[in-house]
Amino acid sequence: MGDILGSYDVLGAFWLTIRLAFFGALGALVLGTVVAVMRVSPVAVLRLLGTSYVNVFRNVPLTLMMVLSVLGVTYIMGLPLSQDVQQNAIRWAIVVLSVYHAAFVCEALRSGVNTVPAGQAEAARAVGLTFGQSMVNVILPQAFRGSVAPLGSVLIALIKNTTVAAVIGTADAAGLMQEVIENETGSFSVFAIFAIGFVILTLPLGLLFTHLSRRLAVKR
Amino acid sequence: MTEPLVVLKDVNKHFGDLHVLRDINLSIGAGEVVVVIGPSGSGKSTLCRTINRLETFETGSITIDGKTLPEEGKELAQLRADVGMVFQSFNLFAHKTILDNVTLGPIKARKTPKAQAEKRAMELLERVGVAHQAQKFPAQLSGGQQQRVAIARSLAMDPKVMLFDEPTSALDPEMINEVLDVMVELAKEGMTMVVVTHEMGFARKAANRVVFMADGQIVEEQAPEAFFTAPKSDRAKDFLGKILTH
Ligand SMILES: Nc1ncnc2c1ncn2[C@@H]1O[C@H](COP(=O)(O)OP(=O)(O)OP(=O)(O)O)[C@@H](O)[C@H]1O
Ligand SMILES: [Mg+2]
Repeated sequence: MGDILGSYDVLGAFWLTIRLAFFGALGALVLGTVVAVMRVSPVAVLRLLGTSYVNVFRNVPLTLMMVLSVLGVTYIMGLPLSQDVQQNAIRWAIVVLSVYHAAFVCEALRSGVNTVPAGQAEAARAVGLTFGQSMVNVILPQAFRGSVAPLGSVLIALIKNTTVAAVIGTADAAGLMQEVIENETGSFSVFAIFAIGFVILTLPLGLLFTHLSRRLAVKR
Repeated sequence: MTEPLVVLKDVNKHFGDLHVLRDINLSIGAGEVVVVIGPSGSGKSTLCRTINRLETFETGSITIDGKTLPEEGKELAQLRADVGMVFQSFNLFAHKTILDNVTLGPIKARKTPKAQAEKRAMELLERVGVAHQAQKFPAQLSGGQQQRVAIARSLAMDPKVMLFDEPTSALDPEMINEVLDVMVELAKEGMTMVVVTHEMGFARKAANRVVFMADGQIVEEQAPEAFFTAPKSDRAKDFLGKILTH
């Protein structure tokens, strides 16, 4: 175990995992919020677009999207996000993680929107707020606070799903694990190191989100 | 009668097969207080909600101060700002303080500077007697206090007309009067009001006219005293008989 930690940059690999997760989560949150607003908007076309988005990206395997981003989009369509192979893989991994998890963020947020009584939106409209203003000032703030727990689950899933990025050659924790297994023997300690690494990342987050969902719940 | 502020002409609305509003014709003059009364399911709430287009309607027209209600969009939002609405279930914004509840509309819909909106909000909260609660959240207030805040929130938009949909029917009995008192004051100050309520005391004290609805139609319109003592229609007699014996 000590050998592996000594001769490989495990911390560096986990640092990349954290970066993938951080930027992926940020992208998923923004995109997922937009899709959620589309799904509850009064415009039928937008609702349809939002629903289609969720149905498509919730049902396409993440691995497939990852491979497609590099093989299909970068090489066949010639749309790299960076000339450097490793950088290109990292950037595409972040985009794919965002796009994929946005569908789940959208559904988590929609469950949050459902915790907001219909009267809140009516009162907002009655004081003269537009749909957008009522979303930003009344519905979404309460929806976020009502969906902290499911959003936490999405984040934890996203952190674990960063491992899929290894299929396009990112040097993240999962990528390094493959490398170690190829070079050394696939001993139990190798798995243990990486498993513990992920538990260290996700366990505190799970506790934090449970705590936050209680603290932030809107009192009615 | 003064120039009508709210005019409904031949308004019809369905919920699926149910004809909830049937050829509604109603004119409300500036400063007039109209009480709408009628059995459950007769369409009173729907009438209120159609006046500020929280509900759509199929045929007929509704004008406010001469302007026809526009379809959805920014324009409608502006027009709604002129029509205050107080709901049975208060509907205060649960995540905002009392003060922020009152200032949100003016700041966002009227672009009033924050300081000015807060000053006015405090005056209004003072007037409805909850100024000392300004920093609390809605869930920390009693129902009566919440409803008074909801009235202040509507007033902050300087509406031309206020709609009240059973503002006291979700309240414990001991809180009803504190809300009705605020409404009577408003009526005295010349606010144009449409009030759905079964509070006869309020109708007698503050209303100019009682509109009796049944099955989506306006069956009878009278001055309050005349309506309660000598209703013309059988439906109204029957209805009053039921609520008076309770
Ligand atoms: N969103 C809706 N969809 C379908 N039907 C509705 C809807 N809202 C109200 N209704 C029906 O329309 C009719 C009139 O309802 P409305 O709420 O206007 O009555 P009301 O006079 O306010 O009754 P109450 O005294 O019980 O409040 C009722 O039969 C009701 O069931
Ligand atoms: Mg009603």
